[in-house]
Amino acid sequence: MAVSVDEAVAAGPAPDPRPPARRSGGRGRGRSALEVALLTVLAVVMLFPVLWMIETSIKENRDVYAVPAEFFGFTVTLDHFRDVFVASGGGRSALSGSFLNSVVVAGVSTVLATVLGVPAAWAYSRFTLKAKKDQLFFVLSTRFMPPVVVVVPIFLMYRQVGLIDTKLGLILIYAAFNVPFTIWMMKGFVDEVPAEYEDAAMLDGYTRLQAFWKFTLPLLLPGIAATAVFALIFSWNEFVFAIFLTSSDSVRTAPPAIAGLIGGTTVDWGLVAAASVVFALPVLVFAYLVRRHLVAGVTLGAVRR
Amino acid sequence: MSDPIPVPTDHPGQVASATPPAPGRSRRRLGDRGLAVAFISPALLLLLGMSVFPLLWALYLSFTDYSATRGGPARFVGFGNYTAILTSAQVHQRALTTLIYVVGAVALQTVLGFAIAYLISRRTHGRGLLTTLFLVPMMLSPVVVGLFWRFMLDAQFGVVNSMLGSLGLGQVEWLTRQRTALVSLIMVDTWQWTPFIMLIALAGLTAVPRYLYEAASIDRASEWFRFRTITLPLVWPLLLIAVLFRAIEAFRLFDLVYILTSGGPGVSTETLSFHVYKVAFLGFNTGTASAYGILMVLVVIVLTQLYLRYLNKLKED
Repeated sequence: MAVSVDEAVAAGPAPDPRPPARRSGGRGRGRSALEVALLTVLAVVMLFPVLWMIETSIKENRDVYAVPAEFFGFTVTLDHFRDVFVASGGGRSALSGSFLNSVVVAGVSTVLATVLGVPAAWAYSRFTLKAKKDQLFFVLSTRFMPPVVVVVPIFLMYRQVGLIDTKLGLILIYAAFNVPFTIWMMKGFVDEVPAEYEDAAMLDGYTRLQAFWKFTLPLLLPGIAATAVFALIFSWNEFVFAIFLTSSDSVRTAPPAIAGLIGGTTVDWGLVAAASVVFALPVLVFAYLVRRHLVAGVTLGAVRR
Repeated sequence: MSDPIPVPTDHPGQVASATPPAPGRSRRRLGDRGLAVAFISPALLLLLGMSVFPLLWALYLSFTDYSATRGGPARFVGFGNYTAILTSAQVHQRALTTLIYVVGAVALQTVLGFAIAYLISRRTHGRGLLTTLFLVPMMLSPVVVGLFWRFMLDAQFGVVNSMLGSLGLGQVEWLTRQRTALVSLIMVDTWQWTPFIMLIALAGLTAVPRYLYEAASIDRASEWFRFRTITLPLVWPLLLIAVLFRAIEAFRLFDLVYILTSGGPGVSTETLSFHVYKVAFLGFNTGTASAYGILMVLVVIVLTQLYLRYLNKLKED
């Protein structure tokens, strides 16, 4: 498939479907202006909630709850951001601890998924295997299971083996959650590296494993990086398993911790906004880094670029 | 990066010529199979342990009256749980809610996403920036999205009502009225996932070969004709995949409902996923919840089959 958003993302000169002769007409320009206006309105609508979140995070409390809402001219404060990291009595806040848990859980599960998924993807790409299509379907289908359905037996299973409320438990389920994605996305990348490289290396006396390690793997590194970033984003944002399989502050990741901020009778929306901004920031940076692979990433690698 | 695998020599060519070809090849073929098994089985084992085993356990529990809190031995009840679910008026109600939500949200996302993609694809400047900006909602965690919309839709100090007020329109109790709550849910889901459809549609639109348009313009074909006969047919397969994907995701949606409305007010936004959660974790009818879950998994498997069928068709072209 020759589908690509590279051009769209790279801001290069775009192929304009309309021939030049028609563009110079007044009607064309009028329509173009209308299109720009429409796009602007849509962009404002789509981005407003994000901007409002950022704005709320730097407002003082009385401005946060102001009616009618204040768009400009409020007092800027970084208190909410301080509250995200520092507890009211000094010391580290519970929220910052949960951020740290998120880093550990998302990081380790991503490494695990990559280490398990990349070799499997390579094997699926290179070898003719029995019922390969069925295996790949099975792999993908596990990813589509409703999490709330899987969480019931996982909960019972974890309770049995003592993995309830442990980081290891979350890491394992996130790795299992990301392995299908890693296999599907990486298979696309491996398919693009000619198998002849390995054949040539083996003619030179390397074993198959050495050929993979010395020649194919280095070529796959950019793909591995992109895949890992997507896995990282999924684990970072995950909520369902996190809330049902953990309970203590020392294990809980950021999504349930942030959701926990709205538990009481009054909600400190400024704090919620600041925590959300801090939490969303790494994801946006990572998403920007892998923007070229977005189509593959969001379709589990099933549709390449 | 360190290299734990000993490389035979600096001159591998000589080694190859030193090895007799016949045994080398047979050893290699054996090695290939072993390598494939060694590379694939750890991943499959993890999936078996974390997905298949729990699912089989759920399948077993679905035929029993087991309760996670009561404990004790599970009593076998045959298809009792299944018939109870399939004949329950409550479940029919939830299924209808889910259907309205899935169809409403996915339809809205598709129309909007495609429209945005079409508009962006016609721009010459700023496409990269526009695409990146539009993608932001999709990258956010459902928790962040749900919380934030809850704040914006607040009846008293929410910014949405505030803006409606300054436009001279009435206030809406977005999340606390039965009908508007479901509308809000569809709205928020649409906000988050329109970028997904847009991204896929944009990928399809940029792949339409330019010469087709040039040929059409020589024939003096109208804009609408070109859209209908060139653009749409070429983008359609990819768009359909995006729709199917979204339908699967929307069907199993849980977190957004949990954060935004908790199924309320009443049960007006209680989707099937949320209902399973209530049966399992609030009612602790683990057996019933398992049967419920198995039925949902069956639906997902059918949808996944459709998804893959279209995907294969797309790859063959």
